[in-house]
Amino acid sequence: MGEANAKNKSATDDAAILLRCAKLACMRGDRLLFRGLDMQLASGELLHLSGPNGVGKSSLLRLMAGLLPVFSGEYMAHETLALCDGQLPLDHDLPLDKALDYWQKFDGTSKAQRAGIFAALGLDELSDVPVRIFSTGQRKRAALAMTALQGAKIWLLDEPGNGLDIASQTGLATLMSEHCQKGGAIIFASHLPLPEPTGGYPLSVKCSALDLQEFAG
Amino acid sequence: MSAGLTRIFANLVIRDIRIAYNLGGSGGDAQGGFLLPVLFFITVAILYPFSVGPDAPLLQRTGTGIIWVAAILSAILPIDRLISPDRNAGFYDQYAVRGISEELIMLAKIVSHWCASGPPLLLASLTAIAVMDIPNTEIPIVLTGLLLATPGLSGLAVMIAAMIASMRTGNALAGLLFLPLAIPMLIFGAGSIRPGGENGLLLLASISLLLTAISPFAAAAALRAGRE
Amino acid sequence: MHGFANPNRFLSLARPLTLIFLVSGLALISCGLVWGFFFAPADRLMGETVRILYIHVPAAWLGMAGWTSIAIASVVELVWKHPLAGVAARASAVPGVFFTAICLATGSIWAKPTWGTWWVWDGRLTSMFVLLLLYLGYLALAKEAQSQAAAGRTGAARIASIFGIVGVINIPIINRSVEWWNSLHQPASITAGKSSIDGVFLWPLSLAVIGFTLLFAAIILMRMRQLLADIRTEAKLRRRAAV
Repeated sequence: MGEANAKNKSATDDAAILLRCAKLACMRGDRLLFRGLDMQLASGELLHLSGPNGVGKSSLLRLMAGLLPVFSGEYMAHETLALCDGQLPLDHDLPLDKALDYWQKFDGTSKAQRAGIFAALGLDELSDVPVRIFSTGQRKRAALAMTALQGAKIWLLDEPGNGLDIASQTGLATLMSEHCQKGGAIIFASHLPLPEPTGGYPLSVKCSALDLQEFAG
Repeated sequence: MSAGLTRIFANLVIRDIRIAYNLGGSGGDAQGGFLLPVLFFITVAILYPFSVGPDAPLLQRTGTGIIWVAAILSAILPIDRLISPDRNAGFYDQYAVRGISEELIMLAKIVSHWCASGPPLLLASLTAIAVMDIPNTEIPIVLTGLLLATPGLSGLAVMIAAMIASMRTGNALAGLLFLPLAIPMLIFGAGSIRPGGENGLLLLASISLLLTAISPFAAAAALRAGRE
Repeated sequence: MHGFANPNRFLSLARPLTLIFLVSGLALISCGLVWGFFFAPADRLMGETVRILYIHVPAAWLGMAGWTSIAIASVVELVWKHPLAGVAARASAVPGVFFTAICLATGSIWAKPTWGTWWVWDGRLTSMFVLLLLYLGYLALAKEAQSQAAAGRTGAARIASIFGIVGVINIPIINRSVEWWNSLHQPASITAGKSSIDGVFLWPLSLAVIGFTLLFAAIILMRMRQLLADIRTEAKLRRRAAV
């Protein structure tokens, strides 16, 4: 019910804004990571969140995903979120296909969209291989596939490019570009530059950048 | 979401049971978790006659007590594997992102843990009953007692597992936290055999119910606290 | 940094209070014990061994009071997220376990000549023993909470509080349960000893109970100051290492 209301509201009031922070501050333990963060994320936007290690990129994403409390300020998300961090919550004894089934049962998304996502991330050959024998890069790609399959409007990607080869990075960029063109939005947190799809991002994808260092506490 | 609540619950329970009984997988470290506690239980039951000697009346008299002690101790074994592997792999974060409540997840965990520990324990206790030569009149009391206690033990195990999952020294704590809270069930369960212990099973059932009822909430609170 | 505002106010109050509680507590304990040991008469039934009750009864009361304070402070910590409440709960554990152990030991010494055995699985004794086990579990959690507190994290403290609250449900269950259970064991002497206390025993006993309670409060305050100081030192070291 609440979800449906939120959707209606965002559709009528300000269709474009999916997520908003105002004067947001985040505290981890006794350390103030950042403060006074004002930002918003619009539909079709691909935000490159940069900053040195330890500045709080991961914490900001976890806060946005609802896993960390807001220390002060305001934070609102009007749409469903997906979080891809360094972990791979898939059953290691199962082949990738079956392991992904588990999460798709929660999300209620269709299996048909797997083909495109698997092709972009080069996972086709791995669909019947048990997750436990994946290499680091393959685990990373599996985690990204899981995020893409969730069907959430907002993707929160934490260092998604780490451990990926050039081909997979381009594949990831293609997926991100498609997601934004369909009206989704992405926060790409990384100290590395944003990967580009072949031919670059189309004009309908609004690429923006934010350096979290400017808000360091 | 409301229509999907049952489906979410079933999905959670089925996965845990699959892992505990090692169905459909192809190897991994969390596999076949149901077996170890049962083997431990049987080992204790078989070792006991070795240590006190093959004195049949003595075994008959004290056997049920040992069965209960073995059942409580074997419930401690799987605690450190109940929550922390999934927690460290990020499962609980992903449930939270999807808005699935921790209470529901913990309730599913208790149900699935019971499915993976209760029936095997009851079957194994038949072996123990045979080894101790428990009198026929007492067999139904022992089995009913174990059947009533196992949900409470599962609830308690999941609660303690959620508490220690976020701690560095968690594994060493499991028994220390579990035992004092399990003692009431031991008192009633083992006591239900003695003369005058007729209402023991009733009291055992009520305590088991109480523990099963509070543990999803306590475990969920501990899980959230551990995320901090 | 708002977390430190409260401890400062607390510390300025705690220092004088510790001294007052400590001095008055020790004075009352000495009065009560000297009176009880040397001037009060021996009991008609129990003889000279009755004198151990002047330690045993306060210890039993404080063993239980210790867990009650843990439970109350735990509720405050979980509901209102008050930073001092967690410290107060953890500070109650060490004196609590100390007095519980004293209670069990003195009870045992008293039981040998009176009941003819060191130990009986009676409701009171069993629940006291389980209380001791609960304290040991809680202390382990409190240790973890304390080491997290230096980094400003509160997760383990809240988990310890959950255990403190669940534990308090356990105590009456065990007490009642064994009483229903092993009522055949020996119900008479405890109730006789408890209910028919004469005035000549009651006065020194009351003094000892109040004195030990004040001492208990003083120990809690000292422990709290110690724990807060430890957290500060550790936090300072961590900040220096972080630079």
